[in-house]
Amino acid sequence: MKAGMAPLLSIVGLKTSFHTLDGTITAVNGVDFDVYPGETLGLVGESGCGKSVTALSVLRLLNPSMTTIHGQVNFDGKNLLSLDPEEMRMIRGGTISMIFQEPMTSLNPILTVGEQISESLRLHEKLGRKKAWEKAIQMLEIVQIPSPELRVGEYPHKLSGGMRQRVMIAMALSCNPRLIFADEPTTALDVTIQAQIIRLLEHLKKGSNTSIVLITHDLGVVAQMASRVVVMYAGRVVEEAPVVELFHDARHPYTKGLLKSVPVLGGDKKTRLNEIPGIVPNLLHMPKGCSFHPRCSMTMDICKKESPSMIHFNKNRRVACWLATDDF
Amino acid sequence: MINFLLKRLLAIIPVLLGITLLLFFMLRMLPGDPAQVLAGQMASPQDVEMIRTQLGLDQPVYIQYASFLNRLVHLDLGLSARTQNPVIQEIWARLPNTILLSLCAITMACVFGIPAGIIAAVRPYSWVDYLVTIASLFGISMPVFWLGIMLMIVFSMTLQWLPAGGIGTWKHLILPTVTLASFVVAFIARMTRSSMLEVLSQDYVTTARSKGLKENLIIIKHALKNALIPIITVVGLQFGLLLGGAVLTETVFAWPGLGRLIVDSILARDYAVIQGSILIFGLLYTLVNLVVDLIYAFVDPRIRYE
Amino acid sequence: MNDIDINTKNNDSDSVGDIDSSSSRGWAKLKRNKAALVGGIFLLIYIVCAFGAPVLFWGNPSAPDLINSLSPPCAKYLLGTDELGRSILGRILYGSRVSLMIAVGVVGVGLLFGVPVGLISGYFGGKTDFIIQRFTDMLLAFPGFLLALALVAILGVGLKNTVISIGISMIPIYIRLVRGCVLTVREEVYVEAARASGTKDRHIILRHILPNVLAPIIVQTSLGMGTAILFAAGLGFLGIGVQPPTPEWGSMLGSARAYMMGKPHVATFPGIAIFLAVLSFNLLGDGLRDAFDPRSKI
Repeated sequence: MKAGMAPLLSIVGLKTSFHTLDGTITAVNGVDFDVYPGETLGLVGESGCGKSVTALSVLRLLNPSMTTIHGQVNFDGKNLLSLDPEEMRMIRGGTISMIFQEPMTSLNPILTVGEQISESLRLHEKLGRKKAWEKAIQMLEIVQIPSPELRVGEYPHKLSGGMRQRVMIAMALSCNPRLIFADEPTTALDVTIQAQIIRLLEHLKKGSNTSIVLITHDLGVVAQMASRVVVMYAGRVVEEAPVVELFHDARHPYTKGLLKSVPVLGGDKKTRLNEIPGIVPNLLHMPKGCSFHPRCSMTMDICKKESPSMIHFNKNRRVACWLATDDF
Repeated sequence: MINFLLKRLLAIIPVLLGITLLLFFMLRMLPGDPAQVLAGQMASPQDVEMIRTQLGLDQPVYIQYASFLNRLVHLDLGLSARTQNPVIQEIWARLPNTILLSLCAITMACVFGIPAGIIAAVRPYSWVDYLVTIASLFGISMPVFWLGIMLMIVFSMTLQWLPAGGIGTWKHLILPTVTLASFVVAFIARMTRSSMLEVLSQDYVTTARSKGLKENLIIIKHALKNALIPIITVVGLQFGLLLGGAVLTETVFAWPGLGRLIVDSILARDYAVIQGSILIFGLLYTLVNLVVDLIYAFVDPRIRYE
Repeated sequence: MNDIDINTKNNDSDSVGDIDSSSSRGWAKLKRNKAALVGGIFLLIYIVCAFGAPVLFWGNPSAPDLINSLSPPCAKYLLGTDELGRSILGRILYGSRVSLMIAVGVVGVGLLFGVPVGLISGYFGGKTDFIIQRFTDMLLAFPGFLLALALVAILGVGLKNTVISIGISMIPIYIRLVRGCVLTVREEVYVEAARASGTKDRHIILRHILPNVLAPIIVQTSLGMGTAILFAAGLGFLGIGVQPPTPEWGSMLGSARAYMMGKPHVATFPGIAIFLAVLSFNLLGDGLRDAFDPRSKI
């Protein structure tokens, strides 16, 4: 990014494991990336690659009795993973907030929209009940919900999916966070609504210095919104590049496969990844060597034996693939 | 809301008809002459004849049923063969005792069962959880009448802290209440635990956490309110078990309630009283479930606005 | 979190082909479940007592020994004697036969009528369903134990009538349960496909629907046996169930009530027997539910 600017968020060697009855699953395995102030970073990969878990690990929203998280999450000079739970709680929803994938299930069905927005305002901004309610109406207006003063008193089941996602966005923005994780914010929505929500996010982004980590499998969305992209596969980062470079000159076979499967740039249809043969490996039974090799069209002997290490081309370009060494 | 209320009220009508139909035919399923059955074994032939003409038992069945309903509406449930008192009078004398006992027990069950279930769900697989799980499993496996006897042996006979039976002061209420509530406490605790566990894994709870809310607030405001919705239904259904348990508890503690009346009447073959008191139990249960539906609507906005 | 969910869901998605693998997964889970294991062991002891009563206890459990009446536990009478001097241990052992017989009989009645009616009600829907549901509403309008009481009042006391009365009071529970399951299964693609290809209804119900509603039925059967024992003991306690001199746990408690003042053992042991028998079915039922029917609650 811009030279000399310090990253807002810096993830170093993040490793998240779940303890299940069937064994330990390492969903995120040594992920590093930085997020700079004001930028939108695309975090891309198929479902199951660990991108949501990365976000949930950063915010420490995973059940601590079933997960272990290693590594460092440096935010604003503090390692979030070593904060005590109370300090962490005040960061959540205040300085870092999150937009979830499923607007249908992510809002509490028995609390009004206004209540759900204003409770974080009362907590983080220390507003009174009435002030917070007024701010909630304002927030609904900002996310372009018509007649916000009526909608604010309604329950989620009265709202459409797109409306609910707007409410989620209003909730995430309400306390002026410095960083937002948007986890597949449009995936659950209709195509036309998707476009509206993306436009809304872009619009809101313009006026602020908030950074966004946009988690998605939809490269069309990434092309539209992100300036930099981190590609994940099976719990690891496989490639990172500025968005234009990624679309023109992807280095990792997986990224190339992803790009091929995008129908039209900024596509009008949900991205299907069926051009990459095979499926995401079961995290319990990871293949030896490079975890992508069973699906890769350019597999070499070494790919089956050893997993490739990350090669940094410059500050914003890196790739983890045995082929990449020869290129440069 | 009003639509929902009307719908619920209308749905009760067939249930009420069903209850009366079942009880009406109950007497007629017995071997022998219904008039003789109602009058009792000791009745004179004149008494039997009187009942026969009074109830129109020589008329076709549907007319008999109509007049049965008509008498019900006028709260005429016939005479007890045992005491010759009107059945309704026998019932009125005991109903308040049963209601008092049931309300105390259900209140106790909620006051202890719901918090126990919450604590267990919030710390799953901790020692508190195991304690609640095992205690509630014991609770639902224990025969109430045996528990009653054991409590009586310990607290009335050995320690002599509480009266062994009868009615009068609040002290008389303690052992029967604890006995009757035991099963329901256990059931409600189990239900609350599983309902809370499910709600705590919902997306909106993660959303609440992502907003940085305090864990206590999340549990009470976001999770419990949602978890209560199925619990309310269960409490209503449990009221049925409670009424069944009341029959046994009242017998153990010589508590002069409707349950005792039924048992005594069955033993004495006093069918008019059996019919009347079971009818009242059925009505009571239906009424409780109606109230539950109303509370349900009050808690869940999705129903309220339909 | 979402990502992980997707993976685990794929593993036990319930299409027809997966029935075998999900049930073998269930067995593995059941074996790991300590509560179910304890329940299974209790149940085994209970069944051994029921079948082996004559071997375990020599002598007649109904033979009075008036000189030793109300004797506390001693060498000759391990659990003491009742008011007629009959061995409480012997009566509890023989009582386990009675209660097991009742439990099996009651659940048999419930299954025999409840499952077919529930299948028909859920599968065919429409008027049949409406009529059956109004009928179950009617039965469910009475709390279970009171319905059994009312039926006993009509049918009279005794072992057979106890089984029939409690059995009938359980029928509506099975109807509701099976119907509810059928309603969800009926909409599954493989059922639609079978119907579209002209498969006979009877065949669809028996081959496609019944196997998929089996898990909740088995769970309910285990829990229902516990309830049956409790209800039967309740009726026996009130004196309107199984009649003496047949050794029945509930009626043992009923007659012990008069002597509990100085002789608490008379009332203690039969109660423990009931408690352990019910507990074993509840533990097993819980384990079965966790293993095979995790979606349902209580």
